[in-house]
Amino acid sequence: MMFNAPESQKMNTNAAPVAIADPKKVDLPTGFKTVRTPDPEPRPVRVHADDVCVFYGSKQALFDVSIDIPEKAVTAFIGPSGCGKSTFLRCLNRMNDTIEGARVEGKITLDGEDLYDPKLDVVELRARIGMVFQKPNPFPKTIFENVAYGPRIHGLARSKTDLEQIVVESLKKASLFNEVKDRLHEVGTGLSGGQQQRLCIARAIAVSPEVILMDEPCSALDPIATAKIEELIDELRANYTIVIVTHSMQQAARVSQRTAFFHLGILVEEGPTEMMFTSPAEKRTQDYITGRFG
Amino acid sequence: MSGHTVTSFDEDLGAIDRIIRDMGHFSAAMVDAAVAALLNGDVAMAQRVVADDAVLDTRQRELDERAITIIAKRQPMAQDLRAVVGAIRMASDLERIGDLAKNIAKRVTALEKSVAPKGFSHSIETMGQLVHQQLERVIDIYIARESEALNPLRTDDEKIDVQYTAIFRELLTYMMEDPRNITPCTHLLFCAKNLERIGDHVTNIAENAYYIMTGSQLPANRPKMDETGTIIPLA
Repeated sequence: MMFNAPESQKMNTNAAPVAIADPKKVDLPTGFKTVRTPDPEPRPVRVHADDVCVFYGSKQALFDVSIDIPEKAVTAFIGPSGCGKSTFLRCLNRMNDTIEGARVEGKITLDGEDLYDPKLDVVELRARIGMVFQKPNPFPKTIFENVAYGPRIHGLARSKTDLEQIVVESLKKASLFNEVKDRLHEVGTGLSGGQQQRLCIARAIAVSPEVILMDEPCSALDPIATAKIEELIDELRANYTIVIVTHSMQQAARVSQRTAFFHLGILVEEGPTEMMFTSPAEKRTQDYITGRFG
Repeated sequence: MSGHTVTSFDEDLGAIDRIIRDMGHFSAAMVDAAVAALLNGDVAMAQRVVADDAVLDTRQRELDERAITIIAKRQPMAQDLRAVVGAIRMASDLERIGDLAKNIAKRVTALEKSVAPKGFSHSIETMGQLVHQQLERVIDIYIARESEALNPLRTDDEKIDVQYTAIFRELLTYMMEDPRNITPCTHLLFCAKNLERIGDHVTNIAENAYYIMTGSQLPANRPKMDETGTIIPLA
């Protein structure tokens, strides 16, 4: 998200380069190929990644990740901590650019357009590919201003009425409007955790993104707030391409249509969610989702 | 397969496996006893079989409760989910097998009063042994998780069907020979039908076990050799 406060970026990105696996030291099959199961009825591909490798300094965090992310569907990334799923998610809107020493190789395209083209405006890219973080991070401004900020700096509203309409629509799409309509001009940080997270989703939606990335959006929320976000994700799926990183396997099973399993920086398996959670093809996927790791 | 990080999960799954094993061997013993009671006209043994059915019912309810608790507590995935759901279905098949064995046992009293020659029921003895073996085998294969042994076992069900068709013809012959045979032969026919149904439940268990172990279904077109539906009486 282009209007993310630098503090919040730091907060989320600082946690990134931890527990990076070195496949030379662990027993990984050489020339490992991701096991892929296509959808019975394939959806059009929106984001395409080809042999993506990520390095933090001399450490390699991701190894040749290739994946097609379909439109109007939720793709879930699962895997143990340090497996590279958040690293890969952040590659999709170039959030890794902000980390010193981070280097991304390979190719990622959105509708065929190279996301790592040096001529590409990264700020504009992050409006097209919005992001919602683990911890709700509204600006210390009013609810209205939180949502209005993006459209305003991107010049998406021609008039005050236009802007108000965008804000109301975004809050409605984020299923928050009814709860905040009488206090749009109170500070966003005064909302509950779940409401703050939906405010962040409204803020991402306000700039009409094509893709929404969510990095563990419910891990700081209680079960009811989580259910509301999951319901919202299900509604948003009709209009957006959504990628979610989650540690909750049940959540991945509930909200996503495709699931990708990462382990030690490798995309081990990806396939339709129902299949991944009932009869995955790879033993490592099976061991992870059934709780047999370690 | 390595164990779960949470070891009590393994214990929970082990417990439902043990119930399936116990129910399998128990129901196989019931089938054996029911057929033996039928062959020997042993009313006391038949009554024990009828009473034993309640034990199987209790075990099934216990398994259901444990399986539902696992789903609620552990949210099992993949092979674990298949094992839990499959166990519920297998227990239901085993409970039905118990019912069918009970049905056979119930006919012992009626047959005892009849004048049917003992020789009438000899083919049922062979069929009973076959069904008993199949049932023991499917449970052993499931406990040992030997998926490749299940398909041949399933096709073996056709032997039971062939046997059933033969008994059907045989009893029909006795009935045509002497109308006084009609009552005992009808009872025996129902007993044979019950054994044939038990064979079908064994097949269900085999199919379930295969799904639990592999995540895929056995091909749907298994051979069906019960031809009694096409036998027409001679004019």
